[in-house]
Amino acid sequence: MKLSLKIWRQESFDAKGSMISYQLDKVSSDMSFLEMLDLLNEELVQKGERVIEFDHDCREGICGQCGIMINGRAHGPLSNTTTCQLHMRSFKDGDTIYIEPFRAEAFPIIRDLKIDRKAFDHIIQAGGYISTSTGQPPEANSILISHDNTEAAFDAAACIGCGACVATCKNSSAALFTSAKITHLALLPQGKLEAAQRVINMVDQMDTEGFGHCSNTEACEVECPQDIAVLHIARMNYEYNKALVFKP
Amino acid sequence: MSGTGLFLCFFLIIHLLGNLQLFLPPEQAREQFNWYSHLLSGNIIIKTVSYVLYISIIGHTIYALIITRKNAAANGTKYAYDKRGTASVWYSRNMGLLGTIIFIFLIIHFKDFWYQYKFTDLPLDAKGHKDLYTIVTKAYQQLWYVLVYEVALLALGFHLLHGFFSAARTLGVFHPKYVRWVKTLGWVYTLVIILGFMAMPIFVYLNGLS
Repeated sequence: MKLSLKIWRQESFDAKGSMISYQLDKVSSDMSFLEMLDLLNEELVQKGERVIEFDHDCREGICGQCGIMINGRAHGPLSNTTTCQLHMRSFKDGDTIYIEPFRAEAFPIIRDLKIDRKAFDHIIQAGGYISTSTGQPPEANSILISHDNTEAAFDAAACIGCGACVATCKNSSAALFTSAKITHLALLPQGKLEAAQRVINMVDQMDTEGFGHCSNTEACEVECPQDIAVLHIARMNYEYNKALVFKP
Repeated sequence: MSGTGLFLCFFLIIHLLGNLQLFLPPEQAREQFNWYSHLLSGNIIIKTVSYVLYISIIGHTIYALIITRKNAAANGTKYAYDKRGTASVWYSRNMGLLGTIIFIFLIIHFKDFWYQYKFTDLPLDAKGHKDLYTIVTKAYQQLWYVLVYEVALLALGFHLLHGFFSAARTLGVFHPKYVRWVKTLGWVYTLVIILGFMAMPIFVYLNGLS
């Protein structure tokens, strides 16, 4: 199939970017979206031009590295799919595809489609862990956890931190990401001990990084590749309100 | 937003119940409605609640403006091609716009009824109460005025539809069972309040025609 592509090109962090048009022939419908970009980059290399830079790693939909805005939607037209798991069969011959980086003040563009998601790391550093002595793994049955709780915690832990929630949110809020981390730990006995301090630190850090407020449009859940539920945001609010009241 | 919003939701219930008196036969409605208005204006508890109401409206508006500014700052450069709207309902994304329509409506609403009642000398009815009923029914005799109310109430309806459940989220209702209840309650609440209020100007207008 033949495609006409409009791709965001930006030299560096502080350079001004713009949408540049490309024509690409010989695209197979079996290609993944990233393979289609590889094909375009191969042509650019042969022409001696600078390649289009984009993030990717596992290409299996589990690492959270890839993530671009495709035709105005995070990770493209399919719901709950990463960019690497989107295939060209979702497009038609002769289509025009707009490709842009995820945009938010807290996610500065490094180059082309590559963005800096350090803000997420800072939120994790603010409390997305448990304080414990390391060493040999403890005996697995010494702390009992119900099956339902394990599953619920794992549902939250499935967040891969790709940033699609921020990119798709009209307020550029990181509430879904932060709440997934908070729920994951708050549900487990090891995480409960520091739950109050954790939620306050992480929510404060989220504000410090310059993310917006959540206004519950629920768009993030639709675009999230891991289908992280918006109810985690409600639980984060619950934990936060509880912490404000009962924190010593 | 959730605290002030839910108080305003609660106020709307009381406001609707009081205004149901407009549906009585005209002469009885006049007496009842004027007596009720008099009762409210003289009561110290109602007076306290009314101050909470003014503060809630102003607080809700100012905090909305602050958050909107912060959110605008959190957005990076604009998308060249933006289809993010397909992932959510339109009214959830336009609470600010709906709120602005409601705010403009409130200015008209306060000026025409609240200000008139509180700060001007109105003619008295047979029982010696200020005749607010005549002011209200006269206003709704004009078709354009009825239309302004209907449009504003529609805006309020969509604002409530998102606002009610969004407030519950902010307060931390996360259990799936209660989340479903809140969503249903939000729909029922919005429909009752909005259809109730929307019927009033139309009822009075049609009554005036016959």
